[in-house]
Amino acid sequence: MDVLESLPQQLVYGLALGSVYAMIALGYSMVYGVLEFINFSHGEVFMVGAFASLLTLTALTGIGGVVSWGPVLLLLMLLAAMVASGALGVAVERLAYRPLRRSSRLAPLISAIGVSLILQNIVMLLQVRFQGDSRPQFVAAGEVVPAGGWDVLGVRISHTAGLVFGVSIVLMLALGALVTRSSLGRSMRATAQDPEVAGLMGINVSGVITRTFLIGSGLAGAAGCLVALYYTQIDYTMGFSAGIKAFAAAVLGGIGSIRGAMAGGLVLGVTEAFAATFMSAAYKDLIAFALLVLVLAIRPAGLLGRKTLERV
Amino acid sequence: MTTLAPSPPVETEPARRASSPDAASRRTAAKQVGVLVAVCLLVILAAPSDYSVRIATLVLVYAALAMGLNVVVGLAGLLDLGFIAFFGVGAYTYALLASDLHDIHLNFWVLLPVGMLVAAMLGVLVGLPALRTHGDYLAIVTLGFGEIVFILLVNLDRPVNITNGPQGVLGIDLPSIGGWEVGKEGVFLGAFGLTPTMQFFVLATLYVAAVMYCALRLRDARLGRAWRAMRESEAATSSCGVSIVRAKMSAFVFGASVAGGAGVLTAAWYGSVFPDSFLFSESIKVLAMVVLGGIGSVWGALAGALMLVLMPELLREFDQYRLLIFGLVLVLVMRLRPQGLFGSRSPGIRAPGTLGNRIRRRLRRPTDRGGRS
Repeated sequence: MDVLESLPQQLVYGLALGSVYAMIALGYSMVYGVLEFINFSHGEVFMVGAFASLLTLTALTGIGGVVSWGPVLLLLMLLAAMVASGALGVAVERLAYRPLRRSSRLAPLISAIGVSLILQNIVMLLQVRFQGDSRPQFVAAGEVVPAGGWDVLGVRISHTAGLVFGVSIVLMLALGALVTRSSLGRSMRATAQDPEVAGLMGINVSGVITRTFLIGSGLAGAAGCLVALYYTQIDYTMGFSAGIKAFAAAVLGGIGSIRGAMAGGLVLGVTEAFAATFMSAAYKDLIAFALLVLVLAIRPAGLLGRKTLERV
Repeated sequence: MTTLAPSPPVETEPARRASSPDAASRRTAAKQVGVLVAVCLLVILAAPSDYSVRIATLVLVYAALAMGLNVVVGLAGLLDLGFIAFFGVGAYTYALLASDLHDIHLNFWVLLPVGMLVAAMLGVLVGLPALRTHGDYLAIVTLGFGEIVFILLVNLDRPVNITNGPQGVLGIDLPSIGGWEVGKEGVFLGAFGLTPTMQFFVLATLYVAAVMYCALRLRDARLGRAWRAMRESEAATSSCGVSIVRAKMSAFVFGASVAGGAGVLTAAWYGSVFPDSFLFSESIKVLAMVVLGGIGSVWGALAGALMLVLMPELLREFDQYRLLIFGLVLVLVMRLRPQGLFGSRSPGIRAPGTLGNRIRRRLRRPTDRGGRS
């Protein structure tokens, strides 16, 4: 009964992983809500966030330990990751998506695939340039979060898992408040409903889109930082599978819906953790993709999504 | 593809006018395929080395893939991001049924249609969710399928060894005609000799010629017109009495079987297959060929294959930058010339590629189509 006993433990892993997926999924969902476009390069924005946090960590601890107090380090890493990813997301939208807003649906998607190849290879080439190779990078998470954890009812919750879960919940609640309470949130929702009418009502639609990219990419950057600390290893290809799975999570919950993205992320994370225990670990990615295909085949609008009529 | 779209009982057009474009389409298709075969013949005659024939064969294999994907993406407007999976399934069909791995040695000519059929069946499977999802969701579904196929190819060596996992399959049989094996030794017709590489080049030429003929004919056929109409507006097409289900499915099945056949051919040519040849980046490479050459254009697919196969060969020292360049090409082509280098985004039913038309099209201002209707 080894497997059954490990279930609560797997649940903890699954929730930590799932909250990361949820944060990335939010970026997909928000952009999709406003533009009806899958931002394929979102996973790469997440990856850049992870590298930005690693660079910050190395810079701060490297030179004689400028900062060595964990919480400050963590805060600076998160901030660096969010700023880098947020800026990158906005830049990508300006350069690769905005000029294509009036062209066919295929064009921005192909452009996004191009952006994702470009970002991945720039990071890879920079790594080769400054290090000589593009091997995965080790993240000294021990400098930021003390090793060990808490024992709750026989389940081990490591400090990093708690951190990942806690930070992502705080950020997601903040996003929820932003979208439902602030005037920016109101204009975002209006744009998502109907960009043309929103524009007529005096909303700066392009500005809303820029801010949507900024917030979504910033969340992905924070997720990158948390993943770097949790797995202590990052590489330039990490954005691809994380991005696809987060997209699966967004779709699972119903794309365009913020609560859906959170729920989808957690469901996917837990499913994946359980799949890794019950089946071979090699098939855990397969579960995520199969779940995605299945959900889209049965409920194209996602689990929590409503069916939308196609406008003609 | 004669069983598709039964003609309506009341034909308003006189039969004379209905049949003449068909004959014209047949003539143009035959002419264009003739040009292709003639060029390939020249390549054999003029190729300076065996190596260049190898590269030319690679161009043809990718051209077949690009032409298949072009039907799905270019004509039907369904973005398929896992296209290479069909190629992989075809290649593995041949590798598993014609090698020492399972000690099964079926004939190439039997397995070519089998590989196409297996890929087509996978195409139907991928197409099923496609019927209910639209646009971008479909892209992700196909991507997911591509990844699933890849994961299966890598991991199906345990508990029962089916694919031999990451080690791939080696020692795949050569295709044989009667007792003679293609690619085993040189064939000499008097002074003129066909090296083993050249024999595969001939095989690939025949395959691409067949694919090209089908693609050109389909483009002008009722089904092809339905695809192009569906690309512009699904709702309008379906209200004209076209079955969207059938149109989508047939696009997927055509693309998949073309890729499956190319896979069988490539497995036989290389003599080995590895799962790594069917990564997502390969799907992107084929997509880049279609986009670069011109979405919807058959010759564009060939040109795209030629460019993207030759580019890394010519820029060997830039090998590291290959994917970066692909990415830049995708973004820049979408921004500067979304119709591709040789393509036409003309929504018209016939888009003749004559020089005069091309110039006229360039002078015309691009139509401003709303992104969201």
